[in-house]
Amino acid sequence: MSPAPAPARKLRVATTSLAGCFGCHMSFLDIDEHLFELVELVEFDRSPLTDIKDVGPCDIGLIEGGVCNAENVHVLREFRRHCKTLIALGACAVNGGLPAQRNHLPLSECLREVYQFRPGLENGQIPNDPELPLPLDRVRPIHEVVRVDYFLPGCPPSGPAIWKFLTDLIAGRTPRLAGGLLHYD
Amino acid sequence: MTKQFLLDGQPVPFEDGQTILEAARKAGHYIPSLCWHQDFPPHGSCKLCIVKAAGRHVSACATPAKEGWEVESNTPEMNGERRGLLQMLFVEGNHFCPSCEKSGNCELQALGYEYEMLTPRFRHFFPERPVDASHPDMLLDFNRCIFCELCVRASRDVDGKSVFALTGRGIHKHLTVNAESGRLADTNFSKDDLAARICPVGVILPKGRGFAVPIGERTFDTETIRSKTLKEEES
Repeated sequence: MSPAPAPARKLRVATTSLAGCFGCHMSFLDIDEHLFELVELVEFDRSPLTDIKDVGPCDIGLIEGGVCNAENVHVLREFRRHCKTLIALGACAVNGGLPAQRNHLPLSECLREVYQFRPGLENGQIPNDPELPLPLDRVRPIHEVVRVDYFLPGCPPSGPAIWKFLTDLIAGRTPRLAGGLLHYD
Repeated sequence: MTKQFLLDGQPVPFEDGQTILEAARKAGHYIPSLCWHQDFPPHGSCKLCIVKAAGRHVSACATPAKEGWEVESNTPEMNGERRGLLQMLFVEGNHFCPSCEKSGNCELQALGYEYEMLTPRFRHFFPERPVDASHPDMLLDFNRCIFCELCVRASRDVDGKSVFALTGRGIHKHLTVNAESGRLADTNFSKDDLAARICPVGVILPKGRGFAVPIGERTFDTETIRSKTLKEEES
């Protein structure tokens, strides 16, 4: 396969972690020396890598994690508004993942268990600061909140899978994770 | 002269009474399945063996082959429908592969890989399905049940115990344990039963094994379900 012609300008990429563990971002860094190739092709907007707080107009948005609170909904909608192509990165963004395993429990029960009844807790109370985003009753995959263009499953998706996916996308091909690169675990 | 039908344009010989699925696999062609098992009559519930025979959609596991039929199976259209069926199976239960002991050995997951399912696409049901850890040797995690009835059939027809049953209708359908308490510990179920080994997904699991074989070195981490199924058919 001949290398893709260099784009006229660098593509702008934003990334964020919603109800995720940053494992997908760590896996993103696992593309190792490909990072040097990547920064020739893209520049980063809002991302934990840049510490930019607000997302601006972007070509690609990578979303790690599902949607578990009101702030996640806000950030996700901001990303959708600003990114031409939005990608669900990893199991939690794709199907809710580990955080969604609270979905069969009433939210109040979860909060009481953690903040009131946990052994060793003195004067426990459920946090109620107005600065804290309100948790949703259920954790949702991101495609249940906004339109999503591509999905990259895995917990986390491997570095090679992320690299294959991004190089396909940047070269203008439909990303495809065939064979050993597609994993749900 | 042996009778034959055409599967994706290739002649497949069959004997009277053989289903499309049986004849195809015998001739080395892969048609996927989850609820089908060679030792039991066809169940026809998972619908993954869906093919187009003489222009109509049928379950290959339950449809006897007919002379001269043209059957479409490995086509973008049929594989797309299979992907849709898989997506529905995924959202109807609670399938969280990263925390499932069966991950890598699960046929539902392996078919997701085979048909390149990247997202469950639909809205998740997130049904409430409590686990049953009462039995000393085996764990039941109903979250992953796909209602294939293989455990029901194995327990009833081979083990002679009828430990499992499906109950309820439509979206309320679920797997139950045949005991007044509803607990597996209160049945004569044993880890040596066929029903203990036959689950294609991660519902009926042995205790104490867990992640003894690490993720990444499991059956479908090294081999596709297509090649594994065809290899088993040859032997």
